Amino acid sequence: MTEETKTMKGLEAIRLAIEEEMERDESIFLIGEDIGRFGGPFFVTEGLLEKFGPERIRETPISENAILGCAIGAAIVGMRPIAEIMFADFLPVCMEMIVNQAAKARYMYGGQISVPVTIRTPFGSGIMGAAQHSQSFEAWFMHVPGLKVVVPSNGRDFKGLMKTAIRDDDPVIFFENKRTYFLTGEVPLDKDFTIPFGQARKFTDGDDVTIVATGAMVQESIIAANKLKEENIQCEVIDPRTLVPMDKKTILNSVEKTGKLIIVDEGCKTCSVSAEIAAFVAEEGFQYLKKPILRINTPDIPIPYSPNLEKAIIPNAKLIQENVMKLI
Amino acid sequence: MSSFELPKELSSDELINLYKKMLLIREFEQRITKDKGKIKAMLVHAYTGEEAIAVGVCAAINDNDYITSTHRGHGHFIAKGGDINSLMAEIYGKEGGICKGRGGSMHVADFSKNMLGANGIVGAGPPLALGVALASKMRNEGKVVLTFFGDGAANQGMLHESMNLAAIWKLPIVFVLENNMYGWSTSVQYATAIKDLSLRAQGYGMKGLTIDGNDVIAVYTTIKEAVEFARKGGGPTLIECKTYRWGGQMTIDADKYRSTDEKEEWKKKCPIEAYKIKLIKSEIIDKTIIQELEEDVLAQIELSVKLAKKSPKPDTNTVLDDLYKDPINLGGN
Repeated sequence: MTEETKTMKGLEAIRLAIEEEMERDESIFLIGEDIGRFGGPFFVTEGLLEKFGPERIRETPISENAILGCAIGAAIVGMRPIAEIMFADFLPVCMEMIVNQAAKARYMYGGQISVPVTIRTPFGSGIMGAAQHSQSFEAWFMHVPGLKVVVPSNGRDFKGLMKTAIRDDDPVIFFENKRTYFLTGEVPLDKDFTIPFGQARKFTDGDDVTIVATGAMVQESIIAANKLKEENIQCEVIDPRTLVPMDKKTILNSVEKTGKLIIVDEGCKTCSVSAEIAAFVAEEGFQYLKKPILRINTPDIPIPYSPNLEKAIIPNAKLIQENVMKLI
Repeated sequence: MSSFELPKELSSDELINLYKKMLLIREFEQRITKDKGKIKAMLVHAYTGEEAIAVGVCAAINDNDYITSTHRGHGHFIAKGGDINSLMAEIYGKEGGICKGRGGSMHVADFSKNMLGANGIVGAGPPLALGVALASKMRNEGKVVLTFFGDGAANQGMLHESMNLAAIWKLPIVFVLENNMYGWSTSVQYATAIKDLSLRAQGYGMKGLTIDGNDVIAVYTTIKEAVEFARKGGGPTLIECKTYRWGGQMTIDADKYRSTDEKEEWKKKCPIEAYKIKLIKSEIIDKTIIQELEEDVLAQIELSVKLAKKSPKPDTNTVLDDLYKDPINLGGN
């Protein structure tokens, strides 16, 4: 059976997933700033107010703790809220609700309740957002037991993973890389198309180098891998898709085959996503490694405003290619 | 603060029950304090002196209404009808505890009674209450949420975000401010520039009242009105209940920052003693009944201690359970 798909942008795939799920389940509602008539700064929720009304598309004042408190409280009593934090950079304002409440409630209350909340947020650089509108915080949340952390890289995965997030009974932080909002691709139209958490996706096959990448770095890695192919260097590009749970097996199997690992992640380097992946490969797959693990991150500085400075520090296909060459 | 008459809608049994609940909370806390060496629970925050608030509030609401609690939550738990055996076992850290020994004193919760949990973070209850109230409103359930917090939480940003959102959406919430005069060692006079914290309500377009939190009938009567208003769709109310924390912040607190005079002055305003006198004067109870009640309460507590001691320790093989609905591969050894 051929899969029915439609070409659309990443942000449209997220919207489609939300729309279909809201039609399916009345306990789902959206809550956040400027998500209604305006549709949010990236227009992800555009048109949903007209379709579902203000009861289910709930616009709030600028009160991030109240937004998340509201979503988490409603989830505790059986609703399935989707909260939007307008920029991931605003997550530090409401860490309390995520870290001490949503993540802990099930465990500290002895398993009495579930917290089926989805928190979605745009992250990453590329829009001249500067220091407070460009950050990549995924690693912070990997460090909080009780959360699931999702970072899709393309429209198909956006749709399938968003649906899984909404249907999941645990709190999910859904990181949406701004640049991947505008990538177009084929997205399945099946209303029950879901992608299980903890399953990495392999984009290219190869025996030479494993490249593990997340978010917008996946696309950069694919470009790099395609270029390298012309020189007969075969890279395996793997997107873990969910950081918690992490599909270690797919990554370790690939490293076993290639013996070389590069990890590309848009966050700054210290204690990053790449650090965690490098650590478990070193622990569990050291015997496979023929060369040291390479990590490609932004340096440990705030994201600068000026486009030439921003461009200079964000990893790209060229940098990935150069790093692959170091291992060959 | 005016004096409140015994409400006519409450039967003698119901009026006596208020007394009994307050006594149960008092004796429960006394017993834990007495046992603190044995159970090694250092971070136990006793509700002693504040009993009239939890009991008055919970008497004024329906069983299926919700409460959110604070780090000082045993009183709320008992008043909402939670089982004291599983409460005691939780504080002992046993498998028979309401949270299977995972939460402890600061996280006691009984979701089957719509007691949505004590909370170790000051001011974290009200934002969660918003969502519970919103769910009730969206599903037309008519349930009201009573969110307890203290004078310490009154200065947390989260509370102000919550009061504002509750007011603009007219959520069925009653904000119950237990002003026990101290956030650990910091007095409310130092921490705020206003005399009555209920004044804050004005800034959010809701009604705010300050009452004697040591008068269980004042609490009951005032809360009942606010709850009815919320249930009818009128929106939230802020009710400040002035009271006093008799003991230190918690079991390990030597409490040298407050004067003995001040403490003794407040002990004269004991909520349980005051209510007892009221009931005697109204000829609802007499010495015999009082003695029976006291014996019954003490027997309940002794039983809970006995059961808690007998309850097994949580099995260490289960320490990773209950983090997620379905287990995932966790990091760590």
